[in-house]
Amino acid sequence: MRNALPLAVLLAGAIALPWAAEALGQPATIGLATRILCLGIAAASLNLILGHGGMVSFGHALYYGLGAYTVGILWEHFRLGEPIFGVIPGSNELLVTLPIAMLVAGVAAAVIGALSLRTSGVQFIMITLAFAQMGFFLFVGLKAYGGDDGLLVRRRNLVPGLDLRQPDQLYWLCLGFLVAWLFLQWRIVGSRFGRVLEGIRQNERRMAAIGIATYRYKLAGFVIAGMGCGLAGALTANELRFVSPDLMAWQKSGEIMVMVILGGVGTLLGPVVGAAALVGMEYVLGGITENWQFFLGPILLAVVLWAPGGIMGLLGRGARRG
Amino acid sequence: MSALVVEQLLNGLQFGIMLFLLAAGLTLVFGIMGVINLAHGSLFMVGAYAAALVAQASGHWWLGLLAGLAAAAATGMVVEVAVLRRLYARDHLDQVLATFGLILFFNQGITMLFGRQPLLVQLPPGFAGSIEIMPGLPYPSFRLLIIAVGLLVALGLYWLIQHTRIGMLVRAGATHRDMVRALGVDIRALYTVVFGLGALLAGLAGVMAGPVSNVQVGMGEQILILTFVVVVIGGIGSVRGALFGALLVGVTQTLLSGFVPGWLRQVMAGSEADALGAALSSMGVYVLMAVVLLVKPRGLFPAHA
Amino acid sequence: MHIQRRFLMAGLGLAPLAAPSFAQGAPLKIGMITTLSGPGGYIGQDIRDGFQIAIDQEQGRLGGQAVQVLVEDDGFRPPQGKAVAERFLRNERIKLFTGVIFSNILGAVAPDVLDGDAIYVSPNAGPSNFAGRECHRNYFVVSWQNDSLHESAGELANRLGYRRMFILAPNYQAGRDALAGFRRLYKGEVVQEIFTRLDQTDYAAELAQIRAARPDAVFQFHPGGLGIAFLRQYAQAGLLASIPQVMPAPSMDAGTLAAVGDAAEGVNLSSHWNSDFANPASLAFVAAFRAKHNRMPTYYAQQSYDTARAIGAALRQTRGSIEANPFRTAMLRADFASTRGNFRFNTNQHPIQDWFSLKVERVNGQLAIVTKDKILENHADVFAAQCRI
Repeated sequence: MRNALPLAVLLAGAIALPWAAEALGQPATIGLATRILCLGIAAASLNLILGHGGMVSFGHALYYGLGAYTVGILWEHFRLGEPIFGVIPGSNELLVTLPIAMLVAGVAAAVIGALSLRTSGVQFIMITLAFAQMGFFLFVGLKAYGGDDGLLVRRRNLVPGLDLRQPDQLYWLCLGFLVAWLFLQWRIVGSRFGRVLEGIRQNERRMAAIGIATYRYKLAGFVIAGMGCGLAGALTANELRFVSPDLMAWQKSGEIMVMVILGGVGTLLGPVVGAAALVGMEYVLGGITENWQFFLGPILLAVVLWAPGGIMGLLGRGARRG
Repeated sequence: MSALVVEQLLNGLQFGIMLFLLAAGLTLVFGIMGVINLAHGSLFMVGAYAAALVAQASGHWWLGLLAGLAAAAATGMVVEVAVLRRLYARDHLDQVLATFGLILFFNQGITMLFGRQPLLVQLPPGFAGSIEIMPGLPYPSFRLLIIAVGLLVALGLYWLIQHTRIGMLVRAGATHRDMVRALGVDIRALYTVVFGLGALLAGLAGVMAGPVSNVQVGMGEQILILTFVVVVIGGIGSVRGALFGALLVGVTQTLLSGFVPGWLRQVMAGSEADALGAALSSMGVYVLMAVVLLVKPRGLFPAHA
Repeated sequence: MHIQRRFLMAGLGLAPLAAPSFAQGAPLKIGMITTLSGPGGYIGQDIRDGFQIAIDQEQGRLGGQAVQVLVEDDGFRPPQGKAVAERFLRNERIKLFTGVIFSNILGAVAPDVLDGDAIYVSPNAGPSNFAGRECHRNYFVVSWQNDSLHESAGELANRLGYRRMFILAPNYQAGRDALAGFRRLYKGEVVQEIFTRLDQTDYAAELAQIRAARPDAVFQFHPGGLGIAFLRQYAQAGLLASIPQVMPAPSMDAGTLAAVGDAAEGVNLSSHWNSDFANPASLAFVAAFRAKHNRMPTYYAQQSYDTARAIGAALRQTRGSIEANPFRTAMLRADFASTRGNFRFNTNQHPIQDWFSLKVERVNGQLAIVTKDKILENHADVFAAQCRI
């Protein structure tokens, strides 16, 4: 890879962040960075279908929320000692909860994707939104799991050999998952499957004409993206130690989409950069002024108008010029 | 029919009319310019604020109405000229990001200017009371006014679109955008006018909502998503579709939230029924939209051939 | 970088030399997490301003200890409140927290604060779980336990002779506490119960059901902006003349009254305090608040003021220390003159206090909330029995 060196530097910097935060007397920055990593995974997984497959899902937060609620609900039943439906025992082991979260998100994505992918364009945007809203209101109404108030996950999940109560250990765990997910996605995009997706984005009819069952490829991509978002949600639940329907509200779907666009659609690191930029700007601007939204709005607008391709596009142009 | 059912139907009709006023502008902008404008709710808010402030200052509700319409239309046209015009050629994603930025800007700007307290708008003189439309059923006359205004707007739009030159261009633009451009029509001016009209209608909705609910920051986003639902159900670009979609969504939503919890309570425990009923009635319109899209992907009244 | 954010630099160094001072070095930091944006934003403003009045009265001190209050907005979103709490705990190393308005946000914030060995003193929300089984040594409520507001309203409905009541509240923790609390002391029949949505702005569907059910009266709990919309639509629907309302104080504060106007006339309220109380502490507070802000304090401001005074009384005894055990002992003495008169802490560290009936009436042509009778004396919540500290 020709970008190996900058990537290695970036990774080294990311690994060293907790020590730097402690040294600078800003230990809460580790929590902030962990949130960025989780959202980065979610945004990257959306980018797989949005950037590489041309499927604009406006309901991606649903899988994020489902992943988070899986951890929350398993914890709740573990705490109460009552199996779910009297059959499935609760759990607080990350190695159990995480795969289940991805499975739940994947199954939901399979069902919703199978229906939604019968439409395209703006209709696809709206139908994914419709399903996400149904999920949102379902969890608002689920009184057993807190409804509107959400569900508390009093202790983080257990991982053999790690203590996730230490913010730096949770951070490194999330960093590991992000790197693994990006690697997986890089391999997917480079594979035959990935090239078919790319072809569908550019011209679906042509791909169908050469004998490819585009629906199946799109559905597979949709399910993988849903599972990635489920993973991100499960990690978020551990970070926040709290899950609520907010996590799957349409505003959250919009936020994840904004991260992808801001960072750079169809690029490997763009969504993560976008997540860091959006959350970082909120934090920094929020520190300077109570009215940070008044300034963040025009910044986003400026990015669209003068920096098509997002931050990665900007960086790429800078690199070419330099 | 019992008075309760009649009253709930009227409530649904009135809610549907509000949705229609918002959806009519959105569907034109969506259908003709191909722009997803998330900031449409901000125009609703601008209209409501301008009306509330002017009505408070002058003491005349009708002056507030004019101010609200003017402010929303002007804001809409400025936004079109300054921002959206540059985005017509871009894909939907850029439009989403840009108009999301506009929402943040408008919401916080209004907070900075007018504070966090919800504003109060008095009912216009003559519409403060209620009218007995059935024995034992007084109905607020202002809500009847909303219904009447909405139906008039629908008629006016029908005339405008079917019988005027602008309407002809709008119809042509919705179905054959490139052809209209190729024929040498000043498409830029047309776009600005259509956007201003959409903003005016959003502002009208905001003005009418003011005396009923609170005029507050974020009021536009609460109703925005339902407006999109209406547009998609009705068929993008179709004003007729927006009207029927809005009434369908408004009546469905109101009837579900009015009756489902009661039915559920007959089969299960009270508090469980209330929570589940609230959830089901909120989900109802989204189920409706999903079904419509699966059966008729282009909506009930598709504008595009 | 967020140090400059929304701080009330509490008059550092302005304290006259004569004032008793135990403070050595840095002022005590108090973390205030409250709702400043959205429909509930004005409540956060009053929480912040009420607290500051108490600090102003001591020229930047509470109980002789110099304090610095860090105020941040939770944006009416539980995760945001949690993030602020984390930053306060870890970056600022704050050990004393207050300010949360909404019970659902407190549910997300309080566990973090308490797990971080910090102290929380509530100026508003008092959800039932933290009053009962999940009560905590370092968790104090100066305002009320949520249910008490509604128990008193239930008692008020009994006294007014209403036999059939229609009850509504938003579907969240405090709303559910509200309806449960109302039913606890209300002796008549509840004809129908409705949970509204927390983001609802139009209540037409609910009003139609009220009209159809023909109750003697309506009990409703809709705090802040929700209450304004509900009351105005209630009046517009022509229900005000035929079906009276009973409600707890949060549904009708000074801000709501100003916004609702004539639609509020005749409404019955139950509250632990009102701005017309004649005790010296209340008179002094109302005068100071009006002088500084040129508006009537809501009871949110009063609760926050009492919270600051309670903290101040404890700090005076511990000579500025917030080490958990001595601070707790001092806090539980509640050695301050509350603006509401009778006040002491129960075993679950929630208040025991009196409740009053109020009515919105015309006084010299102006609508005002007027205090009527005492309806409950030394009222404690029922959850204290489940609390084992």
